[in-house]
Amino acid sequence: MSEGVKGKGERSCDAGLSARVWKAIGLAALLCAAVALPFLVSSYRVFQFNMVLIYAIVLLGLNILTGYNGQISLGHGAFYAIGAYVAAILMEHMGWPYWATLPVAGLTCFVFGFLFGLPALRLRGHYLALATFALAVAMPQILKYKHIEHWTGGVQGIVIIKPEAPFGLKITPDQWLYLFTLAIVVVMFVAGWNLLRGRVGRALVAIRDHPIAAEAMGVNSALYKTLTFGVSALFTGVAGALGAIVIQFVAPDSFTAGLSINFLIGIVIGGIASISGAFYGALFIQFVPNFADQISKAAPWAIYGVFLLTFVYLMPTGVAGFVRLAWMRMRGIGRISDPHRV
Amino acid sequence: MKKILLVGLGLMAGVAASTAVAEKKYDPGASDTEIKIGNTNPYSGPASAYGTIARSETAYFKSINDQGGINGRKIDFISLDDAYSPPKTVEQVRRLVEQEEVLFIFQSLGTPSNTAIHKYMNARKVPQLFVATGATKWGDPQNFPWTMGWQPNYQTEAHLYAKYLLENKPGARIAVLYQNDDYGKDYVKGFHDGLGNQPGRLITKEVSYEVTDPTVDSQIVTLQASGADTLFIIATPKFAAQAIRKAYDVGWRPMTFLNNVSSSVAAVLQPAGLEKSVGLITALYLKDPTDPQWDNDSPMKNWLAWMKKYYPEGDVRDFNNVYGYAVAQTLIQVLKQCGDDLSRQNIMTQAANLKNFEVSVLLPGIRINTSPTDFYPIEQVQLARFDGKRWVLFGEVLGK
Repeated sequence: MSEGVKGKGERSCDAGLSARVWKAIGLAALLCAAVALPFLVSSYRVFQFNMVLIYAIVLLGLNILTGYNGQISLGHGAFYAIGAYVAAILMEHMGWPYWATLPVAGLTCFVFGFLFGLPALRLRGHYLALATFALAVAMPQILKYKHIEHWTGGVQGIVIIKPEAPFGLKITPDQWLYLFTLAIVVVMFVAGWNLLRGRVGRALVAIRDHPIAAEAMGVNSALYKTLTFGVSALFTGVAGALGAIVIQFVAPDSFTAGLSINFLIGIVIGGIASISGAFYGALFIQFVPNFADQISKAAPWAIYGVFLLTFVYLMPTGVAGFVRLAWMRMRGIGRISDPHRV
Repeated sequence: MKKILLVGLGLMAGVAASTAVAEKKYDPGASDTEIKIGNTNPYSGPASAYGTIARSETAYFKSINDQGGINGRKIDFISLDDAYSPPKTVEQVRRLVEQEEVLFIFQSLGTPSNTAIHKYMNARKVPQLFVATGATKWGDPQNFPWTMGWQPNYQTEAHLYAKYLLENKPGARIAVLYQNDDYGKDYVKGFHDGLGNQPGRLITKEVSYEVTDPTVDSQIVTLQASGADTLFIIATPKFAAQAIRKAYDVGWRPMTFLNNVSSSVAAVLQPAGLEKSVGLITALYLKDPTDPQWDNDSPMKNWLAWMKKYYPEGDVRDFNNVYGYAVAQTLIQVLKQCGDDLSRQNIMTQAANLKNFEVSVLLPGIRINTSPTDFYPIEQVQLARFDGKRWVLFGEVLGK
């Protein structure tokens, strides 16, 4: 499932038909495997993989901003929180069905992200990182603010009822939510892929690599940067709403600054400016803390640090970069041994 | 002949086995040799200071296993880190219940964390036993028959301070300092209820602080300016120490009530200044290992010896280690009462059937009582006044 969209973002160097066909077949096979997964493993594992899918959406959103556009954000936990609360409040206070909350959560975050992107235009590099970090640090307290407590439930948070599978389907709520999330993942990733592979993607990368040259080529840098912030927040907000529905609970303690840092770790481990990297990163932030806890109760974070260092040291371009390299090598060998392809 | 004998033996064995099966009753996590118990605790993250509670419980179960376990069954205590993050608690508890198949969850820590799993546990009908939080909502057997607290809840405690005030200082003008979260508000609610129909008349000023505030100095000054002659401090250790010190330093000497959460001599009163703490009133239920009056108390000596043997890396000045020891003992009593019926239903039935159970490291006279309608195990506390060195207990044991 992690490889579900593997290679999607990579533009193959030789556009041979067979390579494309193989890629499409591989993708279809992985998607089938992802659909079959909830029927093969225990519901606890289904829940975990559901979280992986949700984190993958966040990481794709963050990667659009940080990886492709070069704007570092340490505050995406805040957008995730906004998405989660929008979903929770709509479900709890307005009686909305869970699926209807996703577009609203996404749009709300788009607006917040766009507005935050405006002042962020003046900030570069480390300064932007700090400004976004401030957002992440402030968010838990903003959620406790007395005058919106009526809506947010203050520190108590909001408990959500878990949705059952619709249309009389005979599957558990966990399986249903996983499949629902998977569908959203496909939509979001196709949208992200379309956005990044063409003109817009090139503009984003150009702004990242050389802002002045990009402007000279007629790219409206300010507009692109703020819109990118908005789109990135939109992805994160949709994921936040899904997260709230799956966890069935939102509270300020769920959205600490540590969450934002985790997201950044996710894109670095997965692979900066890589679409498939979102899945590797999501697997890392979901499972590695659990491994660390199993190894040592006394210092789980120290073990986590060791894992982090190992990954960064052995795969400096992220897991996606590592996989790409391995793939290219394999194909290189294949080309030599195959007389029909020169 | 041999064959008949064998068949006969086989039949007898079968009968014996079936009667044995009839007597014993197991749900997932229990067997002839083992009882599997799950737990989540913040070993990392903002509340990691509480991690020592689960460590001391782990140590206690090890000491029980060394003595042969309970009715011949060893305890397998699986404690996982949730970093005090509710989504992580959900994940870890689901792992414990669905993957590890524990018999029940014991002492999951934190109000938000337990809120996150509250519905799940009750829908699954898996006991969420003796949760490590003093919020009042855990004792609701009608709506949540699979969840039970342990320590005195915040409202009960505040209720008792109010009662004491009404009896001993009916004309008090009260100032209240509280932490702005569910814990603080739970206390305030209990206090208001305890004052009956006149909280508005007696309370002159209520001021809150945020956990993220650097100090509560300005709050204390505001409260002093209200002209109150009585102060109720609802604060966690760091802020309680600041409040005590600041009130003293600005020359304010109200009759001061300090919530139990911050009654540790080592963690609160020493940093505040022992001389500045003279006259404070609190409600206690556990013996504080840093209070010299228990130096020669034999249960506390046993506790110390146990700490040295089973949990040598633990801090013997931290009363969380006494807490873990005491709550683990309560659980052992429940499991003993269960006998060979280790079904989840019977765990809750026996947890709700504790009668005058005494834990040696609780204050003398405090007993644990529960019933099918009473899911608050400890409801008794005793008031104590600080004399500059130790808490001096006075009056009777209060509460039900």
